[in-house]
Amino acid sequence: MATGIKDKVVILGMGCSKFGERWDCNAQDLMVEAFEEALADAGIERKQIDAAWLGTALEEQHLGKSAVPLAMTLRLPYIPVTRVENYCATGTEALRGAVYAVASGAADIALALGVEKLKDTGYGGLPQRGRGALNDLFWPNLSAPGSFAQLAAAYRAKHGANKADLKRAMAHISVKSHDNGAKNPKAHLRNRITEDDVLRAPMIAEPLGLYDCCGVSDGSACAIVTTPDIARGLGKKDLVAVKALQVAVSNGQELQFDQWDGSYFATTRIAAARAYKEAGITRPREQVSLVDVHDCFSVTELVTMEDLQLSPEGTAIRDVLDGFYDAGGPVPCQIDGGLKCFGHPIGASGLRMVYEMVLQLQGRAGQRQLKAPTWGVTHNLGGFPSQNVAAISVIGAYGA
Amino acid sequence: MSTTGFGILSFGAYLPRARLQRAAIHAANAWFAPGLKALAKGERAVRNWDEDSITMGVEAARDCLGGFERSAVAQLVLASTTLPFGDRHNAGVVANALQLPSALRALDLAGGQRAGSSALAAALQQGGADGHTLIVAADARKAKAASVQEMQYGDGAAALLVGHGEPLAKLLAAHSETVDFVHQYRMHDRAHDYAWEERWVRDEGYLKIVPRAVAALLAEARVDAGAVAHFCMPGTLSRIQAAVAKRCGLPDESVRDNLGGVCGDTGVAHPLLLLAATLEDAKPGDRILLAAFGEGCDALLFEVTPAIAKASGRRGVKGALGRRREDGNYMRCLAFNGLLDMERGMRAEPDKPTPLSVLYRNRDMVQGLVGGRCRSCGTVQYPRQRYCVNPECNALDSQDDYAFSERSGTLMSYTADALTYSPDPPTYFGMVAFDGGGRMLLDFTEVEPGKIDVGLPVRMVFRIKDQDPLRGFQRYFWKATPA
Repeated sequence: MATGIKDKVVILGMGCSKFGERWDCNAQDLMVEAFEEALADAGIERKQIDAAWLGTALEEQHLGKSAVPLAMTLRLPYIPVTRVENYCATGTEALRGAVYAVASGAADIALALGVEKLKDTGYGGLPQRGRGALNDLFWPNLSAPGSFAQLAAAYRAKHGANKADLKRAMAHISVKSHDNGAKNPKAHLRNRITEDDVLRAPMIAEPLGLYDCCGVSDGSACAIVTTPDIARGLGKKDLVAVKALQVAVSNGQELQFDQWDGSYFATTRIAAARAYKEAGITRPREQVSLVDVHDCFSVTELVTMEDLQLSPEGTAIRDVLDGFYDAGGPVPCQIDGGLKCFGHPIGASGLRMVYEMVLQLQGRAGQRQLKAPTWGVTHNLGGFPSQNVAAISVIGAYGA
Repeated sequence: MSTTGFGILSFGAYLPRARLQRAAIHAANAWFAPGLKALAKGERAVRNWDEDSITMGVEAARDCLGGFERSAVAQLVLASTTLPFGDRHNAGVVANALQLPSALRALDLAGGQRAGSSALAAALQQGGADGHTLIVAADARKAKAASVQEMQYGDGAAALLVGHGEPLAKLLAAHSETVDFVHQYRMHDRAHDYAWEERWVRDEGYLKIVPRAVAALLAEARVDAGAVAHFCMPGTLSRIQAAVAKRCGLPDESVRDNLGGVCGDTGVAHPLLLLAATLEDAKPGDRILLAAFGEGCDALLFEVTPAIAKASGRRGVKGALGRRREDGNYMRCLAFNGLLDMERGMRAEPDKPTPLSVLYRNRDMVQGLVGGRCRSCGTVQYPRQRYCVNPECNALDSQDDYAFSERSGTLMSYTADALTYSPDPPTYFGMVAFDGGGRMLLDFTEVEPGKIDVGLPVRMVFRIKDQDPLRGFQRYFWKATPA
């Protein structure tokens, strides 16, 4: 029986570049920005790093293939470096590699860095690429908003929600994230918006309008992890530990087997149940202090609140509209602005979520600091509602 | 009259749903070609961007084959002057989409407006000893802006099944005249037709060549002209049908409408389309005279059998005509036909190669929409992978072929995607649950804005999936459309 990852690995240092339209720099510059902060935060030198993981999703867009770009850019001293890619859950996968290396005892100190340079495509939104020689012959020519918009139709049908209520809850989600992002100096989008702005915005993929979609950003985030003992030996106090790290990957049941109804993420539900068990969380709605979820689109965040067992099924619209997930609510969601406003440089996003958890748990979140958080949950999702990768972490004070 | 025999066993038709209003064509072009006003009445069936002679032919064939064993088809003829591939068996694509057996004689027939009628005459005169012949005729002719052809042409397809069984109509006689009378032409490297003066075409062409063929036909059949109940002849010249009938001695009341007003002239498909429309109205014992003009004339005389009373279940021409959407968007029609250089945006730039080896290995799955049904647990699934998708089963290599193309379904989810590139945005797509099991994430086509929601019944149609301008290829797949 696996014993799980709880409290075996702590965060030694974290860094995150400014996210946004970084016309001023290449992917390599973003990596250095995040790495420098993480290294300073950890208080170590690069030669102390035993192994490293690079997370980048669209290699053809910037760095190219392999882990070589990470080793070259950071001048890592010929250590094992691995590149991982798992759709938009890539950042969490990089962290998982580093955490497992430390937990196994194969490395004392490991690094995970995620990066994406998306703003060199020449247009807004994610670039559209081929999906494989066979898939291209029969997959719809869908965009990311188009594939996530499917959730809205299926959720309405399942719960008998009317279009206007759902659209208003989605608008509330975006307004809330903009309010939060405005307080975050590293966020891509720092403007406040109104519900009216959201409702009147041009339609991208019905019912998702412009403000229902997250920012497409350049950015990088970095974590340096080690064991609790080594961290203490380095003089660290207020240790923040990984309590759980779980990934669930679709095997085709949603897409091909007649059970899933299209209104939720089967993977998120499975990964969340495993993560809560690993962390020892039994009543998520009461126990989780804050959550940073994969709000690529407003409707994704809405259904994810139910998938993470924070809102009972069919009640997310009500909880959202009641302010349950607002900055001042019982379980603040996207306190850093989320993908919506912090931005979504794909490979960096999972690590950016953990960055915010560490800041919050250590009381370093500045203007947006929450009062005494204990458990933070990150939810990093890649793919499409019908076939995807859900990666969930639980972060908390070591030993708590 | 015995009910069994040899003849036309079934017919089918297809017209694209969009009907471009001729008034819209005239309105856009009146500044340049005011004379078009005389033709600015009625509507023409115009193909969607994802339709061509192959896809329309498949739809007409599906309509025709309803209730018939597809394995009984031994020969397929695809007749068209607008076959998308100059070198690739276009009929082979149709055969794959219809999942006809590979033991099939398939022919592409082109080269003139009589390709369909000549194929029909040949099939009926061959005798059909080795099985049924499926004749599919389709055309989607392009026309220059502000041309007469732009007013007159329509896009469409018709299909006839010929063989032994209970024919709806039997051939009494057939006669063909081949005369190099060129009233219009199009060379291989040209997109549009070139036509000669109408008065010459009428006086020296229709009024001389068709009567000669009809006279020979009636003499051979030993049928009086007065005994013909229905005279069908395509032709866009004003009142040409009545003039020819008069010249041939056919009764005035036998002259059938040429459907020009409601769908336009569908080229190679048109003789078969008019015959199908006539069969829908005909009574047992009626004699139908079909004449097709073009570098000569095919003339065929049929007698309708009592089996016509039982012929039902297909959409036919009436169904195709009824299934329509008025379209006043002339600009869109120009764009679909390559006459407007639209700014398609960067999202139209990604390369769309089709690895032919991949297409070949998966041709039944892709072009035939064939999935699998698990012998162990009964789960129906698409695509058919090595392991069954049912988590309680996961059996290896346990699936039999299971065709989805004729199965109906309902929408589970959808969106109108305005971000992804489409020649006709927005792109509608979503999840379809099939009656009898199975589900797919599919592109939709022919969706009317505002008339889509979860639970909408859909059927599958064979369409162009993607175009590859770099290599000059296009690939086909199935899409869901409102039932």
